[in-house]
Amino acid sequence: MPVSMMPLSVFDDFANVNISLLSGFKTTLLIFFITLAASLPLGLLITMGSMSKIAPVKAVVRTFVWIIRGTPLMLQVMIIFYGPGLLFDMPMRDRLTAVLVAFIINYAAYFSEIYRGGISSIPQGQYEACKVLGMTKSQTFFRVVLLQVVKRIVPPMSNEIITLVKDTSLARVISVTELMKSAQDIVNQRAIIWPLFYIGVFYLLFSGLLTLLFNFIEKKMSYFNG
Amino acid sequence: MSDIILKVDGLHKRFGKTEVLKGISFDLEKGQVLSIIGSSGSGKTTLLRCITSLETADEGRIEVDGNVIFDSASPVRDSKRETRRKQLSTGLVFQSFNLFPQYTALQNVELAVRLLAKERPDYKQNKKAIKAEIEKNAMELLRSVGLEDKAGNYPCELSGGQQQRVSIARALAPHPAVLFFDEPTSALDPLLTGEILKVIKQLAAGKMTMVIVTHEMSFAREVSDKVVYMQHGVIAEQGTPEELFDNPKSPEVRAFLNKFED
Repeated sequence: MPVSMMPLSVFDDFANVNISLLSGFKTTLLIFFITLAASLPLGLLITMGSMSKIAPVKAVVRTFVWIIRGTPLMLQVMIIFYGPGLLFDMPMRDRLTAVLVAFIINYAAYFSEIYRGGISSIPQGQYEACKVLGMTKSQTFFRVVLLQVVKRIVPPMSNEIITLVKDTSLARVISVTELMKSAQDIVNQRAIIWPLFYIGVFYLLFSGLLTLLFNFIEKKMSYFNG
Repeated sequence: MSDIILKVDGLHKRFGKTEVLKGISFDLEKGQVLSIIGSSGSGKTTLLRCITSLETADEGRIEVDGNVIFDSASPVRDSKRETRRKQLSTGLVFQSFNLFPQYTALQNVELAVRLLAKERPDYKQNKKAIKAEIEKNAMELLRSVGLEDKAGNYPCELSGGQQQRVSIARALAPHPAVLFFDEPTSALDPLLTGEILKVIKQLAAGKMTMVIVTHEMSFAREVSDKVVYMQHGVIAEQGTPEELFDNPKSPEVRAFLNKFED
């Protein structure tokens, strides 16, 4: 039955549900994009630490990455939100900030490992060819190595970024009203189930778009083997 | 003797406890071709890697075209720029080509020279002219290895032999005084070795100074002015191809050459 022919109350319901879900979705998008924008470069910094020639730096950074990757993101969100208040009597005012801090650190740690894998998979011969051709270290990295690394890390990065879409729902653990929580609130208030299926479609579309984007990038870089 | 362009003196190299080079000395005149033969593990590749600065020797002295590349008696302390200038006095062709996959054949040949040109004081004013000049030279090099028509192709679109020829052109682009080859045909299908050997012969005819580590005995004999036989990190015998291949003095060389006649 087309929407316009539905009884008014159902249509009304649908519109209201959409309005609350959309405001939740806005928060979801915010978490997604800010996390991505900050953790992509931060991850590179962590990679530099975990590949450092200075042994103590490497040990500290790798331990840090192990802790972040070895504990649940949900736990990290809770510790960052409740920790300052309960430990130092300096409560976190903004829940969303706590979520962003936890997400950025967590995703930077994951990205750093993907970068590290990509960098160390470049054959030594590429560096040697650059050296005998008199290229500097930065020319070697930016002109020769970087694009090959990017090509190699696109598949694991796309995996991780699609995971981030769904991980945004963990923000609800400290009552940040993102898409998941706004749907759950509606379910509780109105005793209807369909909003849960409906947000499933949101996540699917979002990750579907990302999949298309990453396929496009992969295709763009298929002109070389390396 | 003023024409000596490569001089290696008492070179030693250890990896941990294994001594791979145990005092290597030889020299080479400008325009000559030296082949280094010997069984695997004799130190041939390590020797090339020390001369081309991919490895640092432990002891001895290396001089290329008047530049002291390495000297354990009075360690070389060059600025980065000076180190790179000296680096470019040698060129190296790798066994596994090591072309840059994301660049076309032409771009592979041009890259290092382009980056170097950016440091020229007149680069900004004459950008266009300099770029055109570099491209012209690179095309010329590709023509000389018979790959003019593949200039726009990526390495993955080329056969192994073609890739190796691009890598020879790339090594020649910065005008090295001595060009080194590390088993340039070992990674190739036997049918494709011929095209590489032809290019090397052509370079020899043009009086390019070259050092070639190779297992192609008949080729070494044909193209070289001088042959060195290495064994267990020392030069066991050296001489003209006739001396070494027809009248080897040591039983080891005889035994080694016999293996190739089968």
